[in-house]
Amino acid sequence: MVAIIIDEKTNVIVQGVTGNQGLFHTRQMLAYGTRVVGGVSPGKGGREAAGVPVYDTVNAAVEAHQVDASVLFIPAPFAKDAALEAIDAGIKVVVIVTEHIPVHDELEIVAFARRRGTIVIGPNTFGIVSSGRCKIGIPPNQFFVPGHIGVVARSGTLTYEIVGNLTANGLGQSTVIGLGGDRVVGLSFVDVLEKFEKDPETRAVVLVGEIGGNAEEDAARFIKKMRKPVVAYIAGKSAPPGKRMGHAGAIIERGKGTFEGKVQALTAAGARVAVLPFEVPALIKEALG
Amino acid sequence: MVKLFEYMGKELFARYGVPVPAGKMVTGADEAAAVAAETGAPVVIKSQILSGKRGKGGGIKFADNPAEAREQAGGLLGTSVQGLPVEMLLVEEKLQIDHEFYLAITIDGAAKRPVLIASAQGGMDIEDVPAEYIIKEHIDIYLGIQPYLARDISRRLGLSGQLAREMQRLLPLLYRIFREKDAELVEINPLVQSGEKLVAADAKVTIDDDALYRQKDLPYVDERTPAERQAHALGLSYVQLDGNIAVMANGAGITMGTLDIIQHYGGRPANFLDAGGGTGMEATAKALEILLSTNPRVILINIFGGITRCDDVAAAFAKVKQERGIPVPVVIRLVGTNEEEGVRILRDNGIEAYQVMHEAAAKAVELARS
Repeated sequence: MVAIIIDEKTNVIVQGVTGNQGLFHTRQMLAYGTRVVGGVSPGKGGREAAGVPVYDTVNAAVEAHQVDASVLFIPAPFAKDAALEAIDAGIKVVVIVTEHIPVHDELEIVAFARRRGTIVIGPNTFGIVSSGRCKIGIPPNQFFVPGHIGVVARSGTLTYEIVGNLTANGLGQSTVIGLGGDRVVGLSFVDVLEKFEKDPETRAVVLVGEIGGNAEEDAARFIKKMRKPVVAYIAGKSAPPGKRMGHAGAIIERGKGTFEGKVQALTAAGARVAVLPFEVPALIKEALG
Repeated sequence: MVKLFEYMGKELFARYGVPVPAGKMVTGADEAAAVAAETGAPVVIKSQILSGKRGKGGGIKFADNPAEAREQAGGLLGTSVQGLPVEMLLVEEKLQIDHEFYLAITIDGAAKRPVLIASAQGGMDIEDVPAEYIIKEHIDIYLGIQPYLARDISRRLGLSGQLAREMQRLLPLLYRIFREKDAELVEINPLVQSGEKLVAADAKVTIDDDALYRQKDLPYVDERTPAERQAHALGLSYVQLDGNIAVMANGAGITMGTLDIIQHYGGRPANFLDAGGGTGMEATAKALEILLSTNPRVILINIFGGITRCDDVAAAFAKVKQERGIPVPVVIRLVGTNEEEGVRILRDNGIEAYQVMHEAAAKAVELARS
């Protein structure tokens, strides 16, 4: 396998496939070329949705198909149960798009996934795109084209903005991953950077971070050891301390998680840091020589 | 994240069997005197504000008798401590302090686990305690604090005999509060050793706001401004800031990025408003009205349409403009899904949409200056 985490052979099921969001994005994923083999919606087994078969439980879907990944379009109060169901069924990649899941539920999901060796992407993520091969999640299809730039981010729309800029400048992407905007998410920057460093397809990495927590500082320690160049953009320079900027994780608490601290750590580690989002493509070109 | 006043946290502790000083929350000086009379001993009078360092700020007083309590309470009520108005006081028995411990359970986002933090050097800000005096123990959420862990934490805190047994009783109770109340933080600082007893002399509890739907009975402090409350009811994420350029964008990251660009060009954002992905016409129109209610100099709308449709945003703008009028200049950047239709609707309403985010931001800053 050339790509990381998912590729063109990844079979996907959609939990919550009959809801508005589930249905819309199942169609979008199919249009992108994702192999969506089925959906799950308790009480609606036996029907079809967006042209794929619907099952009552994840186990029923797994009995009928080879399933490599699941994506959840499930309201926050029920998301924990759905995620545990997918992990327990042995699915190895679980993408949780849902936002506003209680953090205690996220702790349980991530703990169970760790025990079972499952990769959890999200919660509160746009998902993952293996450009030109497979999209699991909600990003608009048109901006993601194949290429050699790996992108890992905490936020969605900002990533589309940056990916749109990359594409407009002739820089396609290998894999684009949204870690999720919450305080407790399945993957860290380091988990993904390790994969990009080993991925023969990826030549440079864009890290889209934001204020709050210490994920970027942890990433910086790993970037120091990387051979591939990293360009970073950090959102939230102007955010006041103590205010949660949309994402549960985007808050400066007790002087920690500041913009300055993150930029300093990344710069010291050898990453190029863009001041404004549109500067990213030029810095990538500079890094690649 | 929502916070509880100290007295709310202590009521919660008491319900779970965590010892707290005898006392009561009051809003008047006579009431404070009555509580002191009931206690029949020296009391401490604590301002109920959401701020640390209340002692240093003059928000904590002592009284030996009811008359003094009345006087001290009268002196605190209606004043402000650390910039916050004092409207409520907690009057409680003054503890005999033999030693002070620190105990907290919170969430370690990097480790993705709950973490118990304990120290025998309590009473000061935990950030100021040297690392070698701090015990940090990550907790497996599927195990919780088992008796063996409580015994070992007690040992590491240097406790023995009755005090060790009391600590072993308290730790699982604190963890139960943390789990059952969807807490982000449960902190006791200091946990006071008073003879053979351990008593929570303070209580700091914060709750995950995403879990409030299942914590309906829990009292908490609503720190939001009216506009923030209104936006929240619409499912929008809004933070009031102190500038004059009102901002709406779709997505937390891009909204932060938009504020940063405004600041980069020398402007001052009036707010953070994440209209979310896939926000429909109605919600967008209401979001615009919230922006207008704060009387900005300029409004900047930055839409990168993925799930959000540009024509929806443009139609919302047209609707608000036609129905109530928009008395301030509006700069709109609009790209993505259904962009052409959106741009056409805006043109019909006298607005030329921008395609590039930083150019729109620069224009908004220029207009705010003029």
